[in-house]
Amino acid sequence: MKRDKNRWNKRTKVLILTVMLTVVLLFIYMIGLLIPGEAAGTDLRHAGQAPSWAHLFGTDNLGRDLLMRSLKGLSVSMTVGIAASCISAVIAILVGIAAAIGSRHVDGVVNWIIDLMMGIPHTVLIILISFSLGRGLRGVLAGIAATHWTSLARLIRGEVLQLRSQHYIAVSRRLGKTSGWIMIHHMLPHLAPQFTVGLILMFPHAILHEASISFLGYGLPPEQPAIGIILAESMRYLSAGMWWMAVLPGLMLVVIVLMIDRMGENLRKVIDPCSAQE
Amino acid sequence: MILKRFAIYLIRVFSLLFAVSVISFALVSASPVDPVQQYIMGAGPVSGEQRSEIEAYWGVDRPAAERYFSWTSALLHGDFGVSLLYRRPVIEIISERFRNSLALMMCAWVFSGVIGYSLGCVMGMNRDRWQDKIIRKLCYLLGSIPTFWIGLVFLMVFAVVLGWFPVGFSTPIGMRDSEVTIWQRLHHLVLPAFTLSLMSFSNTALHTRQKMIDVMNSEYILFARARGEGRWTLFWRHGLRNTVLPAVTLQFASFAELFGGSVLAENVFSYPGLGSAVAAAGLNSDVPLLLGITLFSTLFVCVGNMTANLLYGIIDPQIREVRQ
Amino acid sequence: MANKQDVPVLEVDGLSVSFRMYDDTDNMLAQKNLQVISDLSMHVHAGEVLAVAGSSGSGKSLLASAILGILPENAAVGGAMRYQGQEMTPDSQRRLRGTEIALVPQSVSFLDPLMRVGAQVHGDGRAHIFRRLGLPEETVSCYPFQLSGGMARRVLVSTALITNAQLIIADEPTPGMSLDQALEALRFFRETADDGKAVILITHDIDLAFSFADRIAVFYAGMIVETARAEDFSTGADALRHPYTKALWRALPQNGFEPIAGFQPYAGSMPKGCPFAPRCSFRSPRCEQEIPPIRDLCEGEVRCFYAQPHQGKYA
Repeated sequence: MKRDKNRWNKRTKVLILTVMLTVVLLFIYMIGLLIPGEAAGTDLRHAGQAPSWAHLFGTDNLGRDLLMRSLKGLSVSMTVGIAASCISAVIAILVGIAAAIGSRHVDGVVNWIIDLMMGIPHTVLIILISFSLGRGLRGVLAGIAATHWTSLARLIRGEVLQLRSQHYIAVSRRLGKTSGWIMIHHMLPHLAPQFTVGLILMFPHAILHEASISFLGYGLPPEQPAIGIILAESMRYLSAGMWWMAVLPGLMLVVIVLMIDRMGENLRKVIDPCSAQE
Repeated sequence: MILKRFAIYLIRVFSLLFAVSVISFALVSASPVDPVQQYIMGAGPVSGEQRSEIEAYWGVDRPAAERYFSWTSALLHGDFGVSLLYRRPVIEIISERFRNSLALMMCAWVFSGVIGYSLGCVMGMNRDRWQDKIIRKLCYLLGSIPTFWIGLVFLMVFAVVLGWFPVGFSTPIGMRDSEVTIWQRLHHLVLPAFTLSLMSFSNTALHTRQKMIDVMNSEYILFARARGEGRWTLFWRHGLRNTVLPAVTLQFASFAELFGGSVLAENVFSYPGLGSAVAAAGLNSDVPLLLGITLFSTLFVCVGNMTANLLYGIIDPQIREVRQ
Repeated sequence: MANKQDVPVLEVDGLSVSFRMYDDTDNMLAQKNLQVISDLSMHVHAGEVLAVAGSSGSGKSLLASAILGILPENAAVGGAMRYQGQEMTPDSQRRLRGTEIALVPQSVSFLDPLMRVGAQVHGDGRAHIFRRLGLPEETVSCYPFQLSGGMARRVLVSTALITNAQLIIADEPTPGMSLDQALEALRFFRETADDGKAVILITHDIDLAFSFADRIAVFYAGMIVETARAEDFSTGADALRHPYTKALWRALPQNGFEPIAGFQPYAGSMPKGCPFAPRCSFRSPRCEQEIPPIRDLCEGEVRCFYAQPHQGKYA
């Protein structure tokens, strides 16, 4: 009895932590969305100021408040990253299931496509896709969505294959249930937790990729404050000693990514206690 | 046996390269950017003759499939076209820049391999002790830090503030190539290579840690201990032997991440390699260069994967001795 | 048989082994101890083969690790062990293992898979030992996976012989072998003992054990319930002392193949009293309350309140 109570407590702790992380992340995200454009507007009288109480992160070369700009940039990066992850996850589940329940040929083709995706460096592929779509938001979104699904698809394929060999699935089939019925009643409930965790753990990667790609100059137009663009701009002022332009927005990105990563790992612990040990 | 494996692998490589050429060509063709227009815009005034030459190369009015075939047949003759950004044949640019990139990537590769493997061994030999906990945290942390930001911070601290390293490029500005010494080159290489290696060592380290833990829990380690071998002997005689091959294989299989990382590192440090060229090619709609580098990077990744596969056959006695 | 006045090569006195376990997914508070070997005493003399016999899961393999001092870090060891009269400490165990005490492991998976045999069996007189064991010279340059079952067995034995150790502990040397191979393997150990060394043979094959061993310690749920002379097994169930040993004897194919009802309790779910009580037909309320102490009986030892001297022979 005592052991069960303990386990429950630990679980609750992890759950509370996860909820807290989610709330904080949502809060930051909402602030970023709600900040009016003027708050991060150009103000040449205060250009290039170091961090102070008035401007916690300092101001950039055009006098824009970097805290406001970073928050806005982060919410843009998060939107793009999360949207791309969701698309990628949908691709992953479709491809994964198709590979698992389709014929041997389908499986072969899927494996070949995954090999292909692994064969081109992702950054190059994203550049190519982004170029194909005329750069801009759509290009980055498509590029990140197209490159992140492979490992989750493999995971889902393995999971479905394992489920298919279970006895109760065979029994259902014997009972004359259709594949669709089995999929909805037996497979999806098992896949949903794996899928959710996989999706959330995709967020940090997608956000980092978004930042890298907009840092390279693809993606959003320079007026938009995506975090990668802020960092790309900061590069020009490094030698002028404006360290805060690079350090603070970047640090903020790292903290957000770490928080999302923690959230995903915690969720994994709650859903699947066995894998939480390592 | 090994020849057959090699042949199968070569077929796979060519099928991949073929697929990549189709896909990248299709992507580029779908782009709203008109290559001929870009080319002409970038080139300034062109005569009608030049224009028709360019159009003949790209075959604007022909269907995409036909253009693809003329492009690939040119490729097979070694003609990758002319870069509009650099005004030189693409193949020349690739070979020149690849030398720079290779220096950078190999330094980072060796460095991240050595550091990652060593840290992995330290973690695996000290499982759940403080060394393991600290290094593991560090590895997870590094996974969440974008490469280019670390590069920026290094650039700021070591180049701008401390002045230990130059701010960018592979050689001192304004010097002719022949005058640059190897030391100057290395000096310019340190920061970008270190940045790039930080990206990939945590993967090797965590992988090696797990492998080392598996080895240390194995029956042959138990028996070795029963025969009186101490911690160091265990590590030198059995630990190294059984973990180094998977680590090296992993390193070879990580060429794709290495190349992707080099794109970012080269851009931060204005390092004239393939990575900065591909980013510039995409931004300036330099289609021939973009396609050329895409194909080349795929080939590069394939070579890494193939080496990883072959290495297993050569080093692992289970495979090697059976062959004989 | 060795003279009783000799100092035993190894003497184990009240050995206990337990593991600290952390309840998975919980915090450190939920730590508990898992007793796997309790109050184990035994001794083995030069020139003698002592078989430690028990069914799988009785914790007998851990006995070898405990003697060599190579238990996992979360193990706690109690009691005392003496090697040739000298008290053993972790330090002395480190010195003794591999030189004075050698282990012969169960299978080829105890050899490093990426190392040639020659690198793993090294020392003076290897050629001589290989010849004696009938191993061809080329074995030296083989990798473990290239060895056949019988060769692997002999290579494992050679690792012990090459050390010139005075005490050899063989852990389950026979499973997976044909009867001929098993007999051959056991003959090595008999010969080694006849050369003046002490051999502890850990096995679940009681049938083979009593044809080669001098004495047999019967292991049950982490305890030795009886130590019998090999002759007692040939004499029959009446010469044996503990109800479990008698049941084991009757379970042998040639003696009726009569299975023992019930299961051996696992560490962590041990009964309060005698571990065999739940399966024993002679049990009394006392057996369920306290663990019987080990006592001498008819030139052997037994851990049972009710064991009687064998009428016909020893009365």
